[in-house]
Amino acid sequence: MTTPTEQFGEFLQRDRSWHPPAYTPGYKTSVLRSPQKSLISIENSLSEITGPRFSPDELGPLDNDLILNYAKDGLPIGERILVHGYVLDENGRPVPNALVEVWQANASGRYRHKNDTYIAPIDPNFGGCGRVLTDENGYYFYRTIKPGPYPWRNQINDWRPAHIHYSISASGFAQRLITQMYFEGDPMIPDCPIVRSIPSEEAVRSLIAQLDRGAYVALDSRAYHFDLVVRGSRATLFENTIQGAK
Amino acid sequence: MFRELNKPFYLKETASQTAGPYVHIGLAPKQAGFDIFENNFGNVLVTPETKGERIRLEGRVFDGSGALIRDVLLEIWQANAAGRYNHPADKQEDKPIDPSFRGWGRGTSDFQTGVYSFDTVKPGAVVGRHGKLMAPHINVWIVARGINIGLHTRVYFSDEQEANAKDPVLNGIEWVERRKTLIAERTEKDGQAVYQFDVHIQGPNETVFFDV
Repeated sequence: MTTPTEQFGEFLQRDRSWHPPAYTPGYKTSVLRSPQKSLISIENSLSEITGPRFSPDELGPLDNDLILNYAKDGLPIGERILVHGYVLDENGRPVPNALVEVWQANASGRYRHKNDTYIAPIDPNFGGCGRVLTDENGYYFYRTIKPGPYPWRNQINDWRPAHIHYSISASGFAQRLITQMYFEGDPMIPDCPIVRSIPSEEAVRSLIAQLDRGAYVALDSRAYHFDLVVRGSRATLFENTIQGAK
Repeated sequence: MFRELNKPFYLKETASQTAGPYVHIGLAPKQAGFDIFENNFGNVLVTPETKGERIRLEGRVFDGSGALIRDVLLEIWQANAAGRYNHPADKQEDKPIDPSFRGWGRGTSDFQTGVYSFDTVKPGAVVGRHGKLMAPHINVWIVARGINIGLHTRVYFSDEQEANAKDPVLNGIEWVERRKTLIAERTEKDGQAVYQFDVHIQGPNETVFFDV
């Protein structure tokens, strides 16, 4: 029987009006880094519905613990938080074995990157990256320090809201996604030109992690809940035109 | 998240955001300037056991002013030398899976020279929709500061003219001139086959990008 719960198939068309367009002049770097010609839409083939697979033994035991995975002679400074949630597809089904990679600034808004020259100090005990594979329910979690906001050269006084960068690699290469997670209640979210590259308020809200009081660890850390949605497979009810695919 | 009964709907895909200038921290920490993971994902797709012709794919990425983009990150996804993807959805049973070839790699442009590269094998032809064979190609995904949503493109090979002429995806590009932007030029460097593939994000030689 062929149903929408079939594991592999072509993906639902991406809703490009929901995502930020390429050209968003308020975010100045996009002006010279956006294609001027239309994207050419192609039907999915094996090249798009397949993608790299990852296995748990490729990750280290501390890869999802940003509090400890770069600690040298003590703990990093800042707010201890746990971030957790589910990766689902557009059909609402959990996405197991998705590679979730995150990176971020430290508590003062400084990145451990040779090109970051912001005056705020590097934390010797904080690296700022982690990764985790979702389990069979699509669930993931990691521990970290809440990042600080930081200034950037766009308009002269633009500041990014606190955020954690996310990369998701699910089952098919066409699902590949990079995004950013923001924190509930941050007043800088609506000011940000990068946030505002997204056309609708509703789509922006989907990037804001919610404080999850039920998941606090008493006398240790607070928690945020953040779910992600990747493209879902569409039902092939009549015929499979992707030759060589199941 | 919950579903209302008998109300057909789909969840909305999480909105994309730029990878930013410090994408290396998360996806290529050594390039950011520090060592943290025991196992790093990189731009070498081959091991000594991998079957097929060794090739290097290399090039640069340019913005709309013709300047190098030096903070770009690229990922490639390709079939093995026999033309089969290392993925359970690929049921081309007549072609072997190469257990020593995942088919995926991640590379970054050099901060000084702007050059990116991948060490891989030349992929075989993969069957496309309606049984039409696709010419050998490598799928490419590009992210960087200033790019709000990752750009998909394909690399085809200059020494596969006959197959390229029949490729259903290339032939689907109405503007014949633009098809050339997807053909990597084969050269030899120190006895190794090198395919040169420059990407122009914007402007007169703009590379074809796909909405997949």
